[in-house]
Amino acid sequence: MPIVISKEKTDTGLLQSVKEISGVDVAGCLQCKKCTNGCPVTALVKVHPSEIIRRLQLNAGDSILNSDLVWMCASCETCFSRCPMQIDMASVMDALRIISVKKNAAKQKGNVPLFNRWFLKTINMFGRTYDLGMIAAYKVGTSSYFQDTDKFPMMLQKRKIALFPSFKADKKYVKRILKKKR
Amino acid sequence: MKYAYYPGCSAESTARDQYMSIREVSKALDIELIEPKGWTCCGSTPAHHTDRILSIALPAANLLLAKKMGLDMVVFCAACYNRMKVTNYEIQTNPKIRKEISDSLGEDYDGSVNVHHFVEVLIKDIGIKKLQEAFTHSLDGLKVVNYYGCLLVRPHQATNFDDPENPMIMDSLITIMGGESIDWPHKVECCGGGFALTRTDIVIELSNSILGMAKAAGAQCMAVACPMCQINLDLRQSDINKTKNTNYDIPIVYITQLVGLCLGISPEKLGMDKCVVSPKPIIDAVISN
Repeated sequence: MPIVISKEKTDTGLLQSVKEISGVDVAGCLQCKKCTNGCPVTALVKVHPSEIIRRLQLNAGDSILNSDLVWMCASCETCFSRCPMQIDMASVMDALRIISVKKNAAKQKGNVPLFNRWFLKTINMFGRTYDLGMIAAYKVGTSSYFQDTDKFPMMLQKRKIALFPSFKADKKYVKRILKKKR
Repeated sequence: MKYAYYPGCSAESTARDQYMSIREVSKALDIELIEPKGWTCCGSTPAHHTDRILSIALPAANLLLAKKMGLDMVVFCAACYNRMKVTNYEIQTNPKIRKEISDSLGEDYDGSVNVHHFVEVLIKDIGIKKLQEAFTHSLDGLKVVNYYGCLLVRPHQATNFDDPENPMIMDSLITIMGGESIDWPHKVECCGGGFALTRTDIVIELSNSILGMAKAAGAQCMAVACPMCQINLDLRQSDINKTKNTNYDIPIVYITQLVGLCLGISPEKLGMDKCVVSPKPIIDAVISN
């Protein structure tokens, strides 16, 4: 499929930012498309991994931050594993997610950044994750109250999900790491 | 045999069954597993989505605890395993990262703690002979597909677990237990992993393809080695049947639960009552063997 670059502000420094964050140089990409052909979500997305790399190579502007693949990539790393040039596509996708949150790119279905924030908040609070707390906060944030409500009674009865958070973690390192990050 | 054992957060919640089976199996095989006191979350996917240093510092904090105990680290959760292996790899190969991590932790970590998956401990450290001697039951007549998922085998430079496209370590464990491990093409496909809550539509698509292939291969059950894979394939099976008009009824069990059954441990002690798709036919078959 041809890659069409619309009239937009190019050379926004995105390529450089991706390189700085991920440490990955995408210059060696041959467009063999093994990443796209192996990607489990290729059939579900409009923009494929190989197109992301090509647009980066061309420094073709910030519009790729709004690509559906950015928040539909499952980080399965098949792309990296099969790349004949050993380009760490998975880390490139991480960098694009980090930049898209920073630049406030368009929110996408599922609001994964909201989930990520609550995940990290619960480990800051308890040192470990707390599923029920995280799920409740995410549901409030996305108004998805009724999704999976049929499953919780069964999961609680089977003790397949913990009712209370764990208080056994020593938060010394976690607090320090998360504080440093800010 | 003595190891530091990192259960991972899911062991206290959605994967208590995995935790129970590892505890029982290691007790039966004289493997001493000591949890580093006060272990914390590895950061999983949200950490590497957010910040590279964060995603390496969080596992490094736990590896530092194991280093102070002077022990190798044993992990079962594929996500924790992957993050710890990547952490060691990054710290060993990138001096700048090592410096940044020691700034973040306030202590230097050199990336030297060996990290093993529990299945690796069974095959490589306990060994086939000792396992065969310990088994009182067998998986004779049982067709099993082994599902490795993504994070054990990838990125292979860092995890170095097995062949990244066609791993065999779980298959050999099933064979030792007397089961028929089926060769199938979806061993290392992705189940949707971290999208369990945020994008269940993606989980349904990807898990449907895995379950479909398992069914076509004639599997009576699927053995897994990752808590995320287990919950996606087990808990979502009814949703998949509804949305995709399928009729899957494939028990998704931890490979350690099968090992436990072969060691003569009761299914309750292995947490097998927590499976959503009932593993009763599997349990009955093994107990009568």
